[in-house]
Amino acid sequence: MFRFVVRRLLVAGVTLAVISLVTFGLFFAVPSSPAKVMCGKNCTAEDIAQVEQRLGIDQPLPRQYADFVKGLAVGRTYGSGDFRQDCPAPCLGYSFRNNQPVTEIITQRAPVTFSIVLGGAVLWLTLGISLGMVSALRRGTVLDRAAIGITLAGASMQVYFFGLILLYLLVYATGLLPFPSYTPLTENPARWAVGLLLPWMTLGFLNSALYARLSRAQMLETLSEDFVRTARAKGMPARQVHVRHALRAAITPIVTIAGLDIGTSLGGTFITETIFGLQGLGKATVEAVQFLNLPVVMATVLLAAVFIVVANIVVDVLYAVIDPRVRLN
Amino acid sequence: MSDLSHPPSLTAAGEPAAPDPAVAAELPATAASRSEIIGRSPNQLAWLRLKRDRTARISALTLLAAAVVALGAPLLGWLTGIDPTDKFVDRLNDFGMPVGYAGGISPDHWLGLEPGSGRDILLQLVYGLRTSLFIAFASALLASFVGVAVGVVAGWARGWLDSVVNWLIDLTLAFPFLIFALAVIPILEDRFYSDREAPSPAFRVALIIATFGLFSWTYTARLVRGQVISLREREFVEAARAAGAGTGHILFRQLLPNIWAPILVTVSLNVPQFIAIEAALAFVNVGVTEPTPDLGRMIYNSIGYVASDPWYTLFPGLTIFLLVLAFNLFGDALRDSLDPRSTR
Repeated sequence: MFRFVVRRLLVAGVTLAVISLVTFGLFFAVPSSPAKVMCGKNCTAEDIAQVEQRLGIDQPLPRQYADFVKGLAVGRTYGSGDFRQDCPAPCLGYSFRNNQPVTEIITQRAPVTFSIVLGGAVLWLTLGISLGMVSALRRGTVLDRAAIGITLAGASMQVYFFGLILLYLLVYATGLLPFPSYTPLTENPARWAVGLLLPWMTLGFLNSALYARLSRAQMLETLSEDFVRTARAKGMPARQVHVRHALRAAITPIVTIAGLDIGTSLGGTFITETIFGLQGLGKATVEAVQFLNLPVVMATVLLAAVFIVVANIVVDVLYAVIDPRVRLN
Repeated sequence: MSDLSHPPSLTAAGEPAAPDPAVAAELPATAASRSEIIGRSPNQLAWLRLKRDRTARISALTLLAAAVVALGAPLLGWLTGIDPTDKFVDRLNDFGMPVGYAGGISPDHWLGLEPGSGRDILLQLVYGLRTSLFIAFASALLASFVGVAVGVVAGWARGWLDSVVNWLIDLTLAFPFLIFALAVIPILEDRFYSDREAPSPAFRVALIIATFGLFSWTYTARLVRGQVISLREREFVEAARAAGAGTGHILFRQLLPNIWAPILVTVSLNVPQFIAIEAALAFVNVGVTEPTPDLGRMIYNSIGYVASDPWYTLFPGLTIFLLVLAFNLFGDALRDSLDPRSTR
């Protein structure tokens, strides 16, 4: 187990290094003058020279990348003299719009995205898995058919459309919910939940469609397996057979997909955040892209990659814990 | 994929189609009643299964209608005498809202007008459909072309080349595709266009297609690689080789015809995904630029009017939803007909 995790971590490290290289190369090497791009379209030649010097992008590329990695690991210093700016590790540079440290932007925005994704995930997993289970146990009934129809439609529905429908119905037309907003959980848990209810419902309803389809198929498969029949034959109550035996075996592929989905979503639910005007990581990327604010873009893309890679490892380990057939050694 | 809704997941759609005895029994009475045995190729069987599938018929008709409408967009413009960029400002009130019921629906403007700009929604929608379908199909073709090429090379060459391809696939899958696409498109555009000239819409479209193609070949590549590895040891390949066939002949005339079915299914399920992602990019202003009509951008523009004119959101949203639903249903039906062993 330990060796497996170490090996996975090593592979993940290499993957992340390559991704950071590609991202760095694309963002910093391709534009004719990175300083011009970073500085915006209305910059004078002086501004550009100043930016170039301050960022150290008058250096050759390999050196720049080395500086970037060094900044991440131990911190770095930008400029010199009066313009000297110390950037402690993990240093991701400074925003070009307001000179705010990128790490600060990330730590401000991340809780918003985390709240949206985690709340949404709880909803879509419970909703999806229970719908799929009930559907499988009541196979062929009206309930099952209705569930299949709804999940089929839900799997083709788009967040940007569904979110706006909910916004119209629940906020503008009936006033049941306030317009979404973010309050830190530590400040006021009730307002945190109420403010995020709409994005949770949007992500929860839509994503649960896939999970319902998947868990229905998985349940049907495991219900016909020998060990389920054995459990029934020895007189175990139906409820126990379904939950403890069938569901546990059926849930492994769902865990995989859920882990990867959550990992991907953490990188930025930019559509949900755009619809509801929430200042999360995704919205930060969208805004930064509009102003070609490269340090912020670079940081959010890298962070998204980190989430995906970490989610992959977590899923592999969880797999071994849940499924006794997979034992790592 | 971030917070986009998921298209139905692909199950293993592999296996070259083989005639299965079960199908002969299910076939329509025409063949059975005459009680004679008719030889049918796997393709004919698949076609028969598809024709009998009601979902497939309905979704195919929907898609056909969408294609006709998209292709006939200029005709509609000529018939109504409206250009998608025409602004009917005189039909808006002082607040920029369309006059009349349901977003200004009238005999002249069947789906009303856009608040603010005053453009005809129907014409925007029809031309937006063109944009969507073109980008989605072009990306799906590019993705499968790259996927097939890479997959065949990896499966045929094996050895170190195969390892490199596998590693490349893992790497591509670890890339945060949507966020990356969102970031890379404007940055590359800035590289190729200086401050003075406005980027051409065609360049943006090409960039979107290239980005989609570059990140979506992995599934096809894995599929094709697996198929090539399992098929290359079969007798018919050996026979071809014994008969003196070259590598090119074996790959293109012997192997590929056996794996076109799962590739076709992948393409048909990739298209709705690309429609959705393209609209998502347009939704955050990284899609097709004005004045080219685009469904995703219409929805984005409508956010500010959700409270006052929900119809503006409804029409483009419904169009994308129906289009994606029809494609997903058709793709599922196609998979079922080509691979009867896959169960849902």
